[in-house]
Amino acid sequence: MQKSVIVENLSKNYFKKEAVKEISFTINENEILGLLGPNGCGKTTTIAMMLGLLKPSNGRVVIHGLDIEKNRISLLHKMNFISPYIELPKKLSVKENLIVYGKLYGVKFISERIKYLSEKLRLEGFINKKTGELSSGQKNRVSLAKALINEPSILFLDEPTASLDPETGDFVRSFIEKISKEKKMSILLASHNMDEVKRLCKNVLMMNNGVIIDKGTPDELIKKHGKRNLEEVFLKLNRNNHEHK
Amino acid sequence: MSINRIIGLFLRHFFLIKSSLPRILDLIYWPTIQIILWGFISKFFTAYSDYYNNTVGVILTCAILYDFLFRSSISFNMLFLEEIWSRNFTNLFIAPMRISEIITALVVTALIRTLIGLVPAILITSPLFGISILDLGIPLFFLFLSLYIFGITLGLFVSSGLLRYGPAFENIAWSSLFLLAPLGCIYYPIEILPDFFQNVARGLPLVYIFEEARSILVNQVVNYSNIKNAFMLNAIYLFVGVSLFYYSFSQARKKGSLINIGE
Repeated sequence: MQKSVIVENLSKNYFKKEAVKEISFTINENEILGLLGPNGCGKTTTIAMMLGLLKPSNGRVVIHGLDIEKNRISLLHKMNFISPYIELPKKLSVKENLIVYGKLYGVKFISERIKYLSEKLRLEGFINKKTGELSSGQKNRVSLAKALINEPSILFLDEPTASLDPETGDFVRSFIEKISKEKKMSILLASHNMDEVKRLCKNVLMMNNGVIIDKGTPDELIKKHGKRNLEEVFLKLNRNNHEHK
Repeated sequence: MSINRIIGLFLRHFFLIKSSLPRILDLIYWPTIQIILWGFISKFFTAYSDYYNNTVGVILTCAILYDFLFRSSISFNMLFLEEIWSRNFTNLFIAPMRISEIITALVVTALIRTLIGLVPAILITSPLFGISILDLGIPLFFLFLSLYIFGITLGLFVSSGLLRYGPAFENIAWSSLFLLAPLGCIYYPIEILPDFFQNVARGLPLVYIFEEARSILVNQVVNYSNIKNAFMLNAIYLFVGVSLFYYSFSQARKKGSLINIGE
């Protein structure tokens, strides 16, 4: 199995606080890897270092055999990111936003790409509407379209279905599932939705206080900890961690 | 450097402006009011001041030049602030854009924003006050260019602060030019300033630019050494501004401000 992403001994210190402590993992081609952990455990910091937004204090991120620190611009062409904490300009229409990001990512046939994504993500009904006027479900699909505009081989999804109604959430999950298989993408999925993680992810990393406290397939973790589901595993690991602190 | 990416970032702001009439009016409104106000003040001084006697338009021309500088710098800062306000900052910095491409795109977009505001204001000076800034002749181009470079340089200084410190730096963005205005000797000769401030002011290109404008309009003498001094100082400040921007980006990557700047 081809390793698309290799994270080696990655650490980040802010002054004296260690946000991420020597974590290592890999993401294979055509794999969705889940990243679970409570708020503030270091998930966003880890993703930011993988995207080259944040300089690691130690360790390295290797993507398609290249160090992100030395090849940031060329690797960013092959990556993209979606998070509920960042938005697209609200005053621009959906189509304008996709044109802008198509240009920024050097997409050759922007109109065709936008048409394709509009069909796949059901954007046609509001493609000319201002992004700020959309519902959260529509905005979420637009963000996903922006994240796929450059046909990334590596995708970072930070809570991609947060605040979505069950129908839209299911549509987004099915879409991610389908497109990752079709395009052989490597996806890192940070989520608090355990059912979503169990459904989409082959492997899961459990993170707390900046370290990976456990990893495995969802079924392995459930079995190993003697619990009924991933949520109970999550709670057990985090409570144990609190007690050890 | 990719022209496509530069066009992409330009389009982001072009789409924003073209779809919003209030934004276009806002761009035009302030320079126009400024020019009309200074037009009347100029008329008054022309009639009652010995220094400005028979030199119609010196103050108004300097007001237009200063407004050009002000708009250039503010336009550059605004482009950065728009990204922060719309929480689009992270999206921009995970796109494969080089810093040089970001700076180039902002320089071009800031020029267009500035011209949208200033051209109508300049056009009304002739019918309203019988003054044309074109009276400055060929040196006008050099004065504008020099002011534009300095405006962009100030924009780079402020944007570096925004990049490093986030929205907390926003007030500095608005006040930066007001700080320099008294030392720029826009409406008066440098000799008016106390000795200490004269020495400080000589380190700014503004003094030479406005001295030159007055020299042409009051004495009808073109003094290219003023223009040369302004460009030399501009080159130094621009180099420092660009270097600071790169340094701030590197610091922002270390401190994590690129992640949470829009949150």
